[in-house]
Amino acid sequence: MLDKVLAYFSAYPTVRYATAALLLISLCAALLGVSLVLKRFSMIGDGLSHVTFGAGAIATALGLMTPMYVSLPLTIVAAVLLLKIRSSTKIQGDAAIAMVSAGSLAFGYLLLNLFPGKSGSISGDACSALFGSGILGIARDDVIICACLALVVLFVFIFFYNKIFAITFDESFSSATGIRTELYNTLISIITGVIIVIAMNMVGALLISALIIFPALSAMRVFKTFRSVTICSAVISVFCALVGVLVSLMLNTPIGSTIVVADILVFAAFSLVGWLKGKA
Amino acid sequence: MSLISCKDVSLGYENKQVVEKLTFCVEKGNYLCIVGENGSGKSTLMKALLKLKTPACGSLVYGDGLKKNEIGYLPQQTAAQKDFPASVYEVVLSGRLNKCGLFPFYSKKHKAEAKKAMALLGISELSSRCYRELSGGQQQRVLLARALCASSKLLLLDEPVTGLDPHVTKDLYSVISELNRDGVTVIMVSHDIGAAVQYASHVLHLARTPRFFGKVEDYLKSDAGRSFLKGGEKNA
Repeated sequence: MLDKVLAYFSAYPTVRYATAALLLISLCAALLGVSLVLKRFSMIGDGLSHVTFGAGAIATALGLMTPMYVSLPLTIVAAVLLLKIRSSTKIQGDAAIAMVSAGSLAFGYLLLNLFPGKSGSISGDACSALFGSGILGIARDDVIICACLALVVLFVFIFFYNKIFAITFDESFSSATGIRTELYNTLISIITGVIIVIAMNMVGALLISALIIFPALSAMRVFKTFRSVTICSAVISVFCALVGVLVSLMLNTPIGSTIVVADILVFAAFSLVGWLKGKA
Repeated sequence: MSLISCKDVSLGYENKQVVEKLTFCVEKGNYLCIVGENGSGKSTLMKALLKLKTPACGSLVYGDGLKKNEIGYLPQQTAAQKDFPASVYEVVLSGRLNKCGLFPFYSKKHKAEAKKAMALLGISELSSRCYRELSGGQQQRVLLARALCASSKLLLLDEPVTGLDPHVTKDLYSVISELNRDGVTVIMVSHDIGAAVQYASHVLHLARTPRFFGKVEDYLKSDAGRSFLKGGEKNA
């Protein structure tokens, strides 16, 4: 079985690049996930991924080869808007997210039906946008853009690590002592938007939030400091992504859901360890 | 010049005035306790003191060279912190963040300051413990250490003893008094009037209009103080 995978890796350079990009994306998603889960922002990630789907449909309707040119700016705008709505009192934050995510899903599917893409298969397009197109279906240019964006996100995260910790733990203290919390919150939503857009190609819109929240939640079962949770979550995420790629190549399963299932299994294992630790 | 001077300040939300025509000042080394019933505008005033809210009218200025990043704040705890994975050291060190500026990491000096603050509050041995697993009193000490890391000039404490048992409450009050004796200016919002007159040097009694501002001795003799203290005893 493993020979088959190795054959893939040596025969298709794209598979190697795509795997590398996927590992980088998972790393970023997990790093940011810790903060998003603790800030109670998990649903924002889910809502944004639907926006990405809608934006992708616009790109398909326009006949663009690289949907990212549309989905990246639109998702970032949506991320900033959702954050703003969350802090206003006129519309409830969770209602706003539900509104935006269902709305853009409907809008996207409608557009796909009105202006079918070149593939001519509406259900095929919708399915690959929602559940990922698989590692072989990704263009080389996309892989390069994804990898570059993931590196930028990684750099931003490391550079602002201490600030992200401070505003995640206690926003009122941070703003009271002169930290520009508004700015950093916006930064967090922007990089969340970026991660969702670049992950969309491979794992699909509906599964991205799993990539973001599961490693963080698993790590939190066992570890108790912010740094150890962050590191552990990154390791889990990269590990699960690698396992997911190998298994999906071996068994010919869809890559996104394979990774998510791996994440769920790790979560179960870590929950058990956490429970046992609590007992001891 | 006073550390903070507040002149004819009115505060409120969209169409409701909470605090009207408030005038008081805080001198270096004071221990001011802000008391008053629920809804009398204590928290709103706190936000204004932290410059998180601009007064509708009047002026609120920092003097004596006090800068925005020289204020230590002890906020009320949030629900999110109850299950937050963070070590005591990480939390205390985050108080130094406002001194880092654009530099992304903490220097040796920041780390030393954090350790000093932990030693001062007697929580050095908790350093690597998880914040959420500590008792309420220990958590408040951690947050107080973090506030000290942010500033050793001025501390603003928002209801610091809420939810603590009497013994731990007394401990925390004596720690705060000690800090004040060492030269830290303290402003504390509290509904605990008994502690206010026991520990503070000044009292600001808020009602719809400020009913009293001045030294504790004078407060005890004033009408506002007498009626409020009596009410407090009745409730107790």
